[in-house]
Amino acid sequence: MHVLVCGGTGCQASASSEIVSCFQNILADKGLQDEIQVIKTGCFGFCEKGPIVKIMPDNTFYTQVKPEDVRKIIEEHIIKGRKVTDLLYLDPENKEHVADSKHMGFYKKQLRIALRNCGFINPESIDEYISRDGYEALGKVLSEMTPQQVIDEITRSGLRGRGGAGFPTGVKWGLCAKSKADQKYAICNADEGDPGAFMDRSIMEGDPNSIIEAMAICGYAIGASQGLVYIRAEYPLAIHRLEIAIAQAREYGLLGKDILGSGFDFDIELRFGAGAFVCGEETALIHSMEGKRGEPTFKPPFPAVEGYMGKPSNVNNVETLANIPIIINKGAEWFSKYGSEKSKGTKVFALAGQINNVGLIEVPMGTPLRDIIYEIGGGIKGGRQFKAVQTGGPSGGCLTTKHLDTQIDYDSLVAAGSMMGSGGMVVMDETSCMVAIAKFYLEFTCEESCGKCTPCRIGNKRMLEILTRITEGNGTMEDLEELRNLAAVIKDTALCGLGQTAPNPVLSTLDNFWDEYVEHVVEKKCRAGVCKKLMNYVIDQEKCIGCGKCAKNCPANAISKTEYIAPGHKLPSMVINTSVCIKCGACMSGCKFDAISVK
Amino acid sequence: MAKVKSLAELKAMKDKLRSNLDLREKSNNPDSLVQIKVAMATCGIAAGAKQVMEHMMEEADKLKLSIIFTQTGCMGYCHAEPTIEVRKPGKEPVVFGHVDNAKADEILTRYVMNNELVEGIIPVNYETID
Amino acid sequence: MVKLTIDNKPVEVAQGTTILKAARQAGIHIPTLCYFELAGMNFENKPGGCRVCVIEVEGRRNLAPACATECMDGMVVHTHSPRVINARRTVVELMLSDHPADCLTCPKSGQCELQALAQYLGIREIPFKGEQSTYRKDMSPSIIRDVDKCVMCRRCENMCNNIQSVGALSAINRGFMAVVSPAFEQDMVESTCVMCGQCVQVCPVGALSEVDDTRRVMSAINNPKKTVIVQTAPATRVALGEEFGMTPGTIVTGQMTAALRRLGFDYVFDTDFSADLTIMEEGTELLNRISKFMAGDKSVRLPILTSCCPGWVNFFEHNFPDMLDVPSTAKSPQQMFGAIAKSYWAEKMNIKREDLVVVSIMPCLAKKYECRRDEFAVDNNPDVDYVLSTRELARLIKQYNMDLKDMPSEDYDDPLGESTGAAVIFGATGGVIEAATRTAYEVFTGKKLEKVEFTQLRGLEGIRDAHVDFNGTDIHIGIAHGLANARKLLESVRDGKEQFHAIEVMACPGGCIGGAGQPYHHGNSEIIKKRFEAIYREDEGKPIRKSHENPSIQKLYAEYLGEPCGHKSHELLHTHYFDKSNCVEIGE
Repeated sequence: MHVLVCGGTGCQASASSEIVSCFQNILADKGLQDEIQVIKTGCFGFCEKGPIVKIMPDNTFYTQVKPEDVRKIIEEHIIKGRKVTDLLYLDPENKEHVADSKHMGFYKKQLRIALRNCGFINPESIDEYISRDGYEALGKVLSEMTPQQVIDEITRSGLRGRGGAGFPTGVKWGLCAKSKADQKYAICNADEGDPGAFMDRSIMEGDPNSIIEAMAICGYAIGASQGLVYIRAEYPLAIHRLEIAIAQAREYGLLGKDILGSGFDFDIELRFGAGAFVCGEETALIHSMEGKRGEPTFKPPFPAVEGYMGKPSNVNNVETLANIPIIINKGAEWFSKYGSEKSKGTKVFALAGQINNVGLIEVPMGTPLRDIIYEIGGGIKGGRQFKAVQTGGPSGGCLTTKHLDTQIDYDSLVAAGSMMGSGGMVVMDETSCMVAIAKFYLEFTCEESCGKCTPCRIGNKRMLEILTRITEGNGTMEDLEELRNLAAVIKDTALCGLGQTAPNPVLSTLDNFWDEYVEHVVEKKCRAGVCKKLMNYVIDQEKCIGCGKCAKNCPANAISKTEYIAPGHKLPSMVINTSVCIKCGACMSGCKFDAISVK
Repeated sequence: MAKVKSLAELKAMKDKLRSNLDLREKSNNPDSLVQIKVAMATCGIAAGAKQVMEHMMEEADKLKLSIIFTQTGCMGYCHAEPTIEVRKPGKEPVVFGHVDNAKADEILTRYVMNNELVEGIIPVNYETID
Repeated sequence: MVKLTIDNKPVEVAQGTTILKAARQAGIHIPTLCYFELAGMNFENKPGGCRVCVIEVEGRRNLAPACATECMDGMVVHTHSPRVINARRTVVELMLSDHPADCLTCPKSGQCELQALAQYLGIREIPFKGEQSTYRKDMSPSIIRDVDKCVMCRRCENMCNNIQSVGALSAINRGFMAVVSPAFEQDMVESTCVMCGQCVQVCPVGALSEVDDTRRVMSAINNPKKTVIVQTAPATRVALGEEFGMTPGTIVTGQMTAALRRLGFDYVFDTDFSADLTIMEEGTELLNRISKFMAGDKSVRLPILTSCCPGWVNFFEHNFPDMLDVPSTAKSPQQMFGAIAKSYWAEKMNIKREDLVVVSIMPCLAKKYECRRDEFAVDNNPDVDYVLSTRELARLIKQYNMDLKDMPSEDYDDPLGESTGAAVIFGATGGVIEAATRTAYEVFTGKKLEKVEFTQLRGLEGIRDAHVDFNGTDIHIGIAHGLANARKLLESVRDGKEQFHAIEVMACPGGCIGGAGQPYHHGNSEIIKKRFEAIYREDEGKPIRKSHENPSIQKLYAEYLGEPCGHKSHELLHTHYFDKSNCVEIGE
């Protein structure tokens, strides 16, 4: 028998260590220490009801266990085999206690649809994919459905593009299907470019066959016999696994001529991108594949009318495609059960930043932000305070505590001043400076702008310069005004999504953290202590014993002796010449007397 | 490999593959083996998964343990890479995180051989559709 | 038809019309910068990049570029709402914040579209202070690239790739450092650039401009030891007037001659003279080839390609190295003039070669490069010393306090100033081949032409295909202007799809009248049409209209050259071509 005690940070904070030692002590008292093992585990993702204790092998799941409950669990459950009812999870719906954690799936806030096979099957074995119903959806559409039925099914499922903009996938397919041409293309956008987002890579690495199957289904629906995957060359493992999967699918005749005896031909080629962020924009992606400069062009014409090589093309993101086979297999109704009113299904997020359980998570649309951060994410690192969460990467914005109960979907995020993007989610605590964060994202967009349109090419650069001035203590209140105007104009006039959304990190931080900007400008202060130029290292002359270690450590020779000897000390105290100081912090980290601080 | 020529053939193939897998996993099957899946997405590999997998395979050999090692994709536990899933016949699979060589040895000698759980378990915090 | 409202005006336009064009139809001005259209010449540049023409469409989330947005039924458009004006101003201010403010000395000052835009929007200061993007200056014999001034309108790139198919310019780098440049940031001379200069003709700002040779020319004039003579190309006389406010198409031959004399040129001659000479040589070469071909000689290369245009010569050296024996070996009129001036005329006048300076007034920037080709020099002394564009000449005339409008009409000097109508039409697409046909017909058939105009050879379509009846012998002629058209025509010849006896190619759209050295047309193709008509008017007004009837030409052959394509001619008037296909080098 095993006792599993949650050792996640949230539960640690609520005494899980104490619970472990209670278990060990009492079990030892009873001489059971050899039969019953007490194990501390990782986070269960149910911190709200922590600490969690799980008894194996009967899967009993105790919530909100206190050290004083331990004796009862041992005496009742472990010795007598009777579950301690009042420690079981109380189902808020039917007011019943749930004993078996197998029936407690609901506490798991995550639902893996797009990631269903990731971490489950061997990605280099098409057999394992087939054993998980792989290619059955393709077989089904080819033998039982017309292309229009496929499009209708996808449309009814409510699936929207997971690349960020959230355009209804079925509608997109329908537009391309309507275009008449001798050749059409089904294109997979695997140019994942948001810093910190890696769900597409993970899907391709963990379940490459699902993408191939989905592309073939798309090809059938829109009338394309050629599929193209635009994948960044920085994803060698994903490329390798896709290549294996394509080869295996060809051997089984699941790609190629006359697939499954249906008369439908479809094959896939990989095209490698050099990883420019803007090439995730579909027109830029198409230009890049054509061997042209990867920059967007004005739409219309949409790729559905005039795409790759001037032929009608449909571009879908990897995660979007990963949902396709399962929708076909289980039906649109099944899929649309999950999610919110206007955003169906699930969304994968790359949860990162100052959060305990960084990870790749998949949650139904409409999951409250709070659940993601405090349950799945296990709360903020080091027990610090949540400050903001940045969603949507460089195109998104920063949400704050007031948005914690926002139910995450395409529309709610836009309403809150951010966006879904491809699903990056960076959690920040009070050690993050919001001005610096806005600057960080803008640096990225400036770097990745193609330079085609004026607002993005020059406007973003000017915004970055203003932000740099602010973080260096040279900002003015007029700068803040200019920043707002520029941001609004860039949003209003930039040519493509990259430029139009680039001001989002600035606008959302201006809206949500105005005080912090003002502090930087007026008080020349960075409360998070991030903006180096705004920091001053100061020696407390009363505490300084005059040992001179700081002066020795200082690479800039900024520290010298004063003439003041503090009461009780023998040597004169030291002082920092702030105009010479380079703010490296070497003095502070070397001071044994805590005499140096940052002001 | 022969081409699959119809949906019916594909389904038959799936059933066969599934029963093979079941055979491998069912506890009442005398031939059933311990299976270890190693999460080998780029992030896992970067955290050392490949090297840990090799180490485990060598150790399993030395300990004369018959274990099927397979690689798999991302399990989502970035905070605990490298991660592995150990599936013993007749038991719920258990995921371990932060698996280095020492932890791998511990898992082999204590959990695989003696059925004792060791620290480092990552409770599966998601539902997966079948 | 589509009905919409623009600035409260109901507007009805054809399906597919852009908001910009609809507004223009309704008399509403929407400022533009990157947008550029050469109507009727198949050139429209609308990358939608500058965002100056943004307008507000009711119900739309963001502003839309008028140049690229199509009208839809029921659209309500505001072209000058406060939101639009603020955005437009901000966009132009941003552009100015990354633009050198050296208008005082900029070659485009006064002609600059960005300057005009800043003025239109009443911009008095630039609110954004920040870094300016800077690049290496690049100077070829013809063109200066000062890319610090580039506004990324992409007109040059579009012109270079789509109209000219030269492929020397494209956007490189990203974001703030994005700029239009030859690949790998090579210099133009190392690239596939053919120096046609059409990029200069369309550049809205001073990022691309011509090399200015006016000071060098004036210092030669001021040097008492030098005899400085000048030749004027056919197309200059129908365009120079524009720089002095005259209506496009005004013929200013006599005034130009007078002004040149007043600038101090010792003799004012005419490239038309050497154009007639070109016809004698090229026409003879054509007839020789045709006669041999008809006699069954399979080694004869047909069609003969004209070789007057230096941009075109450069282009086939780069792109058709397998066909270097196809073009006529005749030098261009400019170079024939230089060769004759520095031999026949210099000897006659008893002027030493090194004391004679030959200046050309050309509608062309490639001519600046052409005169510096090694094969056009004797002992490092070039046949033609300096080339001034029409624009440079206008600047000089103004500098010397003259107005063309006040000039009397004067004649060219003899003997290198006498010319025929056949020479004048060299300035328009189809003109060279028409001039050649006039002479070749008479020589070939031995008959007098009743009507010298071959209208089937005229026009502004990019590729033309015409037949001329040489007394029962059908002569098949191809004509292309714009190098992409030339490429198409040449490729069809190379692939054996088309058979011609002769092909005329001009690099610039419209021929020399649309040359890169001509006054800026700012996209108004009507100007090119007016110049085109003027060229043929000038031809009509000439007493002699066939090159072989030019008395000075006849005298030149009698006194000096002997016969067309004879020994002396070959030495002075013919050239050869080089394979430049591999001259692109990558790296430092």
